[in-house]
Amino acid sequence: MSEQATHQLNTRRLLCPLPVIRTQEKIKELKPGDILEVTCTDPGALHDIPAWCRVHGHTILDTQQDDLDIIILIRVED
Amino acid sequence: MAVSKPKPGQRKAVSLISGGLDSMLATKVVMDQGIHVEGINFFTGFCVEGHTHAIRKKDKEKEKRNNSLWVAEQLGIKLHIIDISEDYKDIVLNPKHGYGQNLNPCLDCKIFMVNQAKAWAFMEENGFDFIITGEVVGQRPKSQRLETMPIIARESGAEDRLLRPLCAKHLPPTLPEREGWVDREKLYDFHGRNRKPQMALAAELGIDEYSQPAGGCCFLTDEHYSRKLADLFDARGERRYEVDDIMLLKVGRHIRPAKNFKIIISREEGENNFLSGYRREFTTIKCVSHTGPLALVDGNPSDNDLELAARIIARYGKARTADKASMQITPKNGEGFVVEVTPLPADDIPKEWHV
Repeated sequence: MSEQATHQLNTRRLLCPLPVIRTQEKIKELKPGDILEVTCTDPGALHDIPAWCRVHGHTILDTQQDDLDIIILIRVED
Repeated sequence: MAVSKPKPGQRKAVSLISGGLDSMLATKVVMDQGIHVEGINFFTGFCVEGHTHAIRKKDKEKEKRNNSLWVAEQLGIKLHIIDISEDYKDIVLNPKHGYGQNLNPCLDCKIFMVNQAKAWAFMEENGFDFIITGEVVGQRPKSQRLETMPIIARESGAEDRLLRPLCAKHLPPTLPEREGWVDREKLYDFHGRNRKPQMALAAELGIDEYSQPAGGCCFLTDEHYSRKLADLFDARGERRYEVDDIMLLKVGRHIRPAKNFKIIISREEGENNFLSGYRREFTTIKCVSHTGPLALVDGNPSDNDLELAARIIARYGKARTADKASMQITPKNGEGFVVEVTPLPADDIPKEWHV
């Protein structure tokens, strides 16, 4: 991933919408410019977390998926 | 669609977004009157969306989306998803207004959600002026009746800051109407179960795609699910649950041979993976001589119970016609061991064991 995460969030085993809720709670603690790396296992998060970010104006920098995990990199915006 | 931000002095409303058409329309109607609207959606643990889609492999092949997020995106509004699953237990277990046809406490649920929306909306940092719902008088037999509308407003504490744009003309004017924040004349008088007015309004507002969940979006309205929840309470001898309990009720085949234990048998690969996540919390049983499903054993089974469970589980895999099957039993905190069993013939599993 090109940009380095400044914060991490593990939502493995949680099913949607819980990964979205945890991401929302975490971002509330962060400031604009921070980069959050969210790790999840529910494939639904691959759709829902970017959708949540779009409606809140945060930027998805990258998404990656392997056999075990999905990693979503988010830049917190104002 | 770009998400709008409130302009200085603009009135703000929070809208309960379920992901269905009514809340979408109610929100759009108020947005079109110049109000800044943000959405709120609650996770109770009983939501139909999300979990079952995530668990079952056959559902994974369908395109997934969270309908409330999708609606928010279509409308260009923020959506705040709030986890109320812990506090919601009291609503499920002790509904002041009772249940609907199953274990669905719809009226208490609506009161609670409006109350939670109110608490969130009127927090100083959020500073909203009123709350919107997509309720329609007469649409739901338990919660959406002319008599229940004032009860929801009063008991939620939202009082006259609760606006139902789709049926406002059947109700006394609320604060946003009296203050002229919204024009009552541009609100609606929908009532009853007929969906045609909503569909016509959707067309008028240019909304041509929306979800129409059959039977609502809550597992508690489902007869089979409610029966499993009632069985859980009965077996425990008390009415209580944890969020993991209610997740597991959504998954697998549930068989209760006796009050002290129940078997949860996965029906396909996705459920197998999901149940395997509970290996540390439950005794598990799996056939090792033939292909077969993973099963959890809930409760306090004796050694004889575990053998019976193994015989039952064996018949749900390739071993069903075999003389013998080797079943690996792994207690939640112990070493696994293998037992040889005869798969139980289907006729030997009484119908009433199926929860």
